[in-house]
Amino acid sequence: MTIMGTPRLRKEDPKLLTGEGKFIDDIHAHGELWMGMVRSPHAHAKIQSIDTTEAAAAPGVHSVYTGAELQEMGLWVAPLPCAWPVTEDMVNPPHYPVAADEVRHVGDLVAVVLCDSRYGAVDAAELVEVDYEPLPVVASIDAAVTDAVMANTDISSNKAYSWALEPDPEAVDAAFAAADHTVVGEFVQQRLIPAAMEPRGVLAIPAPFGGDITFYTSTQVPHIMKVMLAATTGIAENKIRVIAPAVGGGFGAKLNVNPDEILAVTLANKIGLPVRWTETRSEAAFSTHQGRGQNQKIEIAADANGKILGIRVHLDADMGAYMMLLTPGVPLLGSFLYTGVYDVPAFGFTCDGYFTNMTPTDAYRGAGRPEASYAIERAMDLLALEVGVGPDEIRRRNFLAGGEAFENLETASTLVFDSGNYGPNLEKALKLADYASLKAEQQRRREAGESKQLGIGMCTYVEICGLAPSRALAGLNYGAGGWEHAMIRFLPTGTVEVVSGSTPHGQGHETSWSMIVADKLGVDPDDVHVLHSDTAHSPLGLDTYGSRSLAVGGTAIAMACDKVVDKARLIAAHQLEANPDDLEFDGGMFRVKGTPTAEIPIQGIAYEAFTAHNLPDGMEPNLQEQVTFDPENFVFPFGTHIAVVEVDEDTGGVTLVGYTAVDDCGPQVNPMIVQGQMHGGIVQGVAQALWEEASYDEAGNCKNPSFLDYLVPSPMEVPNMVLDSTVTPSTSNPLGVKGAGEAGTIGSAAAVINAVCDALSPYGVTDISMPATPQKVWRILRDAKGGEA
Amino acid sequence: MDQLTHRGIFVQIDMTVNGRACSADVEDRTLLVHYLRDHLELTGTNVGCDTSSCGACTVHIGGQSVKSCTVLAAQVRGADVTTIEGMATDGELHPMQEAFRQCHGLQCGYCTPGMVMAATSLLSENANPTEAEVREGLEGNLCRCTGYQNIVKSVLSVGGQS
Repeated sequence: MTIMGTPRLRKEDPKLLTGEGKFIDDIHAHGELWMGMVRSPHAHAKIQSIDTTEAAAAPGVHSVYTGAELQEMGLWVAPLPCAWPVTEDMVNPPHYPVAADEVRHVGDLVAVVLCDSRYGAVDAAELVEVDYEPLPVVASIDAAVTDAVMANTDISSNKAYSWALEPDPEAVDAAFAAADHTVVGEFVQQRLIPAAMEPRGVLAIPAPFGGDITFYTSTQVPHIMKVMLAATTGIAENKIRVIAPAVGGGFGAKLNVNPDEILAVTLANKIGLPVRWTETRSEAAFSTHQGRGQNQKIEIAADANGKILGIRVHLDADMGAYMMLLTPGVPLLGSFLYTGVYDVPAFGFTCDGYFTNMTPTDAYRGAGRPEASYAIERAMDLLALEVGVGPDEIRRRNFLAGGEAFENLETASTLVFDSGNYGPNLEKALKLADYASLKAEQQRRREAGESKQLGIGMCTYVEICGLAPSRALAGLNYGAGGWEHAMIRFLPTGTVEVVSGSTPHGQGHETSWSMIVADKLGVDPDDVHVLHSDTAHSPLGLDTYGSRSLAVGGTAIAMACDKVVDKARLIAAHQLEANPDDLEFDGGMFRVKGTPTAEIPIQGIAYEAFTAHNLPDGMEPNLQEQVTFDPENFVFPFGTHIAVVEVDEDTGGVTLVGYTAVDDCGPQVNPMIVQGQMHGGIVQGVAQALWEEASYDEAGNCKNPSFLDYLVPSPMEVPNMVLDSTVTPSTSNPLGVKGAGEAGTIGSAAAVINAVCDALSPYGVTDISMPATPQKVWRILRDAKGGEA
Repeated sequence: MDQLTHRGIFVQIDMTVNGRACSADVEDRTLLVHYLRDHLELTGTNVGCDTSSCGACTVHIGGQSVKSCTVLAAQVRGADVTTIEGMATDGELHPMQEAFRQCHGLQCGYCTPGMVMAATSLLSENANPTEAEVREGLEGNLCRCTGYQNIVKSVLSVGGQS
């Protein structure tokens, strides 16, 4: 390896830096019609009547359709897909793109206008008059659990499913019975708005003849989209081409199959004209799924020394109004991680999923794992307090394998962790952050009675990614596999095309894939061109989510390169009149060992394979190989994050003043890209800890849908982060790589809240809910000080 | 209500964009960002919000950074507007664009045009900013990918006290 492992500037950048990158709203089709969305202002109501007369007469309006009319038109053959029915008896009432009789969250679609202009569509949508009969609303998990009100008149309980991971319940009970110490943490994972900077959008273009349809959509999952479009619209899959253009961030919010997407494709197909839509930012709180939304209870049983004996977890999870593509499965992705990086002899996890009258939830950066990491890492700090040792020491006492290196270790959550080496990672982070000095400064400020107190918090996380072994997904009742496909194609003139099923949206796949190929084939990375995100170019793929691209898709590319070299070796041997075993391949050149002058470059082989004039008997022409890689195990990145906060006791304001992270994602293909992923991921977790919350009132209105009051952090709120890494190769793939896209988010929220609690600990404060806003901190301090602020 | 009235008055808007005289007949309510994107097909300037919060639509008017979603095209008739498409010259990236590339100051690239425009404007007002001044100067521009670290580094590498 010469190129892999070194920082390398991105191929993607020049286009994006000059405005040449084409995002969905930049692409137009002649004769296109804009969808104007008519959305419910009620969280739960019956639709009494809809009058579209005035809208239909508005300038530029092509047509107006209500949900009932669309239903009668037979535009869809199945409801919107949920690919993860986690239990056999999960309740999932049919959910169609436009409501016909009952709306179940604010923003639920009730009608759609087609108009010839961007502004005209919005104007006309406002002219549609809808009479609603409001129904009682379920606007919180707590309300859903009581079943006093149903979020959907077609169900008899808000509980959609109960799922359990309880390998040995008796062992868990025994652990708690034998415990010297027990701690209980009850945490709320507030709802979050993913807020990719590019709003979602669609453009469906029907062919004039023949029924083909080309669908541009701002998505992470064009391949999954194609399958699901065929399944829901009845349009033959081989008539559908899905293209994800430049995608302006995803974070999970663009992995769904949304009502607007089905609507655009079916309407375009029906009327024979292109149909488009771009959501507005404020609309996105209703038209794009949200993240998190869980009430967590975690209990730890430990012996007198703080060694964990057992862990028990229960979640109540907010599905929102509908089961979207992966909604019910998100909590399950976290279920295996509530034991963290610790040696836990007995473990039990249960989860109930509830319908509410709020925007549906689904994957958001980390999807289940940040929640799990938060719970166990907050609870470990509670255990440290209970036992009377430091947060670092309680972790050392409990690390899997005693904090030493391990491979393929089975854990109490039934999974086999591929590799780990937790002790050195923690020590490296403590040293890098200068933990001892930080504690000393904290003590100095406390003794001096300064108004700005320091808090230091840590999180030693492990996460599960590289989704995923198809058989493991089958065990979780997931509807698809977890393989990834790659093809490597030498062109006759010696450059290389890579066809990737992974679908980037900011991660720099073109750069990283070129580096892998360059190393494997001995070519210049600039001679490698990566095709992706268009089902016509890249017909097979399972796309990008769950930090899977490198561990699964990158591995497929590396393996396909190996196959190319294997075939090229046979051709080279034939041409050099040598035994294939006597050839060495290095730097793109085949040489006969011991005969340095007998050599032939792989580009020359590619040309020979193209002309096919002189190939070994029976060999197919061309130098092109493909691999579909289905890993045998997940990958389990880990790391230590240390957050330092300053809490202003006068105002309650929390400022993040320092952040150190030592992450281990195995060998890094492009360290520059890994660091970028960590930076962004960390800030998203910090944002959950300190600022962000999709806040709902009792009537089910999201109170802060715009960027005016949904507090995505600006450059002012975050400090520079100090990053380093350890390298523990995975046993799950031949590159030894692990994912890096979500780890930052998985590690950071707990570290920050542990720091805030640490700052407040002299007042006996042991917990604060997220986000730790100034108001919340001020009130907690006031109460802790006996009512005096 | 006839069509023209309902749609507002169509007006001819002339301005200089990236050094070229441009003209289009648009509704009087047309935002500058949509004039640039939908009528002049300069789609590098992006729309990330509807509350003037995110700065993805930042352009220069008369050399100063302005959020083009907050301005009607009709308000800046005759103005000299620069968009991201006008920054690279003769096939060479503008030094700020090059800095973003060198420092990995972008990931998905959606906020990037606005960031580059805001950052160049910032340096034209303060050629030698501190890190804190860069962060403060870019407060009106949001990025969800980078955590800002490499954006700040990019700007400091062009003209700051790094």
